[in-house]
Amino acid sequence: MTTTLDPVRQTPKPRPAAQRWRSLLLGRDAAVIGLVALVWIAGSVFVDNFGKPNTVYFLLLDALPILLIAMPMTMVIISAEIDLSVASMLGLSSVVVGVLFQGGWPIWAAVAVALAVGLVGGALNGFLVATVGLPSLAVTVATLALFRGIAVGLLGTKAVTGFPDEHKDLVSDRLFGPGTAIPGILLVFVVLAIGFGVLLHFTPFGRATYAAGMSARTSRFSGVNVPAVKFWLFVATGFVSALAGVYWTLRYDSARGDNAAGFELAVVAAVLVGGVSIFGGRGAIPGVIAGALLIGELRAVLRLADVSADAINIATGVLLIVSVIVPRLVTGLHGRWRRARRSGLESTSSSD
Amino acid sequence: MALLHSRGRRLATIAGLAVTLTVAAAGCSGGSGDDGGYDIAFLPKNLGNPYFEASDKAAEKAVKGFGGSFKEVGPSEATADGQVTYINTLTQQSVGAIVLSANDTSALCDALDEARDAGIKVVTFDSDVDKECRDVYVSASSPKLIARNQIDLIADQVGGKGEIAILSATANATNQNAWIDEMKPYLKSEYPDMKLVDVVYGDDDDQTSYDKTEALLSSHPDLAGIVSPTTVGVAAAARYLSTSEFKGKVALTGLGTPNDMREYVDNGTVTSFALWNPEDLGILASYTAKALLDEDITGKKGDTFSAKGLSSDTTKFTVGSDGVITLGEPFVFDKDNIDDFDF
Repeated sequence: MTTTLDPVRQTPKPRPAAQRWRSLLLGRDAAVIGLVALVWIAGSVFVDNFGKPNTVYFLLLDALPILLIAMPMTMVIISAEIDLSVASMLGLSSVVVGVLFQGGWPIWAAVAVALAVGLVGGALNGFLVATVGLPSLAVTVATLALFRGIAVGLLGTKAVTGFPDEHKDLVSDRLFGPGTAIPGILLVFVVLAIGFGVLLHFTPFGRATYAAGMSARTSRFSGVNVPAVKFWLFVATGFVSALAGVYWTLRYDSARGDNAAGFELAVVAAVLVGGVSIFGGRGAIPGVIAGALLIGELRAVLRLADVSADAINIATGVLLIVSVIVPRLVTGLHGRWRRARRSGLESTSSSD
Repeated sequence: MALLHSRGRRLATIAGLAVTLTVAAAGCSGGSGDDGGYDIAFLPKNLGNPYFEASDKAAEKAVKGFGGSFKEVGPSEATADGQVTYINTLTQQSVGAIVLSANDTSALCDALDEARDAGIKVVTFDSDVDKECRDVYVSASSPKLIARNQIDLIADQVGGKGEIAILSATANATNQNAWIDEMKPYLKSEYPDMKLVDVVYGDDDDQTSYDKTEALLSSHPDLAGIVSPTTVGVAAAARYLSTSEFKGKVALTGLGTPNDMREYVDNGTVTSFALWNPEDLGILASYTAKALLDEDITGKKGDTFSAKGLSSDTTKFTVGSDGVITLGEPFVFDKDNIDDFDF
């Protein structure tokens, strides 16, 4: 819905300030943010117990792992790649924390090792995609199985539980005291979101990410080191997924090999609902945050309204389809309208 | 450009309206009625599980019978984190009581603590959490009752004499070992002509259990009967026996589900087996929640309350130590009643 809809055919030209403001207000991000507000209002009006501090608190705790992983995932998808191994890495990190904690390690050391495992796993993905040049879909489907296999292999069907309260409280404490809405752990996400927001939107690395996603060849010719960009993006998803694994372990007091199985799809869904193009080159951090919140909020509203889990999954699926179809529809309509206008202009000029 | 924006805006508005309508419709159909005073929510391990469908359906009837409002919510996968989300939701809805079968003994505790701080009663059934995190636990049976039931069933089928063996789950399964420990002295005192010759472990894996059954029969040629107090084991053993020369000659019983065992009861491999009746479990859990809400019981040992509509004649129940309420003896399934059950 902005002027960058079709980067190949449309040469970007400097836009007047008024138009920039308008595209900001009516753009894709604004539409998603508007939907978040709309669902919020509808939920508060129609659904009992929605819109209270506890709603926000639980919603943020539930959405946090998606929000965290969605930040680097946004950049990976903008660079026209994908990382489907994130949920398996989350599970692996959770198991590493559990096994080491059980073996008597102090929790901070266990967490440090888990984060290091995230870096290594991410680097493995990055090496295979960026250096070897394999397609990321194939590579990360393989590491999805690999990381999950190691995780389940390390712990079997057992679970490590009984993490110390003071560490569990780190993820569940409320920022402004009992009864308030904001969990303190949200600060970790705020820092991460600002970091990735600045990286993507205000640095040469971010511009290189967009360039890699629009056309890898063109950007190589223009001196962008595409392999390096992609390598570090996969390292970032690995690391943040491991971080989410630590959060998951402490939040649910449970380190299990099957933690967050299938969760990668929830992350990809949030990123796509947030307006990132699955073909790369397009998307922004604010929209993705709104997308993750929208999904979490919709699920919270429907759960509070006693809608069954299956129906909630259907609603999430429909939202995803709509969010992918609507922009394409708009692009198509826009193209047809332009062609129609052009042929219309030609016919009027010829009749003159 | 202006037209594009207005189209985009229109589409966004339509999408928004659709969401609003969905939420509105859901809001109307839902609602957490405070009508009967007993607002009871069942939270099974997962939805779409026939075992819990049977117990929750019976529970719904029981709850509506005493004028309460019933609902069943739960995750689609049997995971602890999925249940935490639903416990949080029920806490926000301030239901009267949560009746759940736990996917994890300790992972649910923080969420349950929060629910209980908000004044919600917590009953576990079928599968317990740490005893500090709930008010009471409705247990299907006790180790002693299960052990006696299993030995009585096999003794009946082999005529009270001969060699028997046990096909268990894993070697360190707490519940299995507790049952086997209860079986041994009971066998010795009640059936002196029967002898336990072997205990093997099928690890609750279909193929391993199948192989262990085969090995058991070749190493003990005089074996008269097998007891397998695990649903996976008893079904695998029945599958082996039904296609072997031992069919009808070696007796088999255990703890199994009617759907797994129907085929083998029909073809004569198995005469009878046991498990608790999930419908009774759901009904008793409902009355337990009611008793907590009425403050007839608090979870203290010795508290008593009554339940109606069970398949047995029992109506009086007493809270045991650690807040455990026991439904009773395992329920025996045979040719005559197996078709009444679908789980």
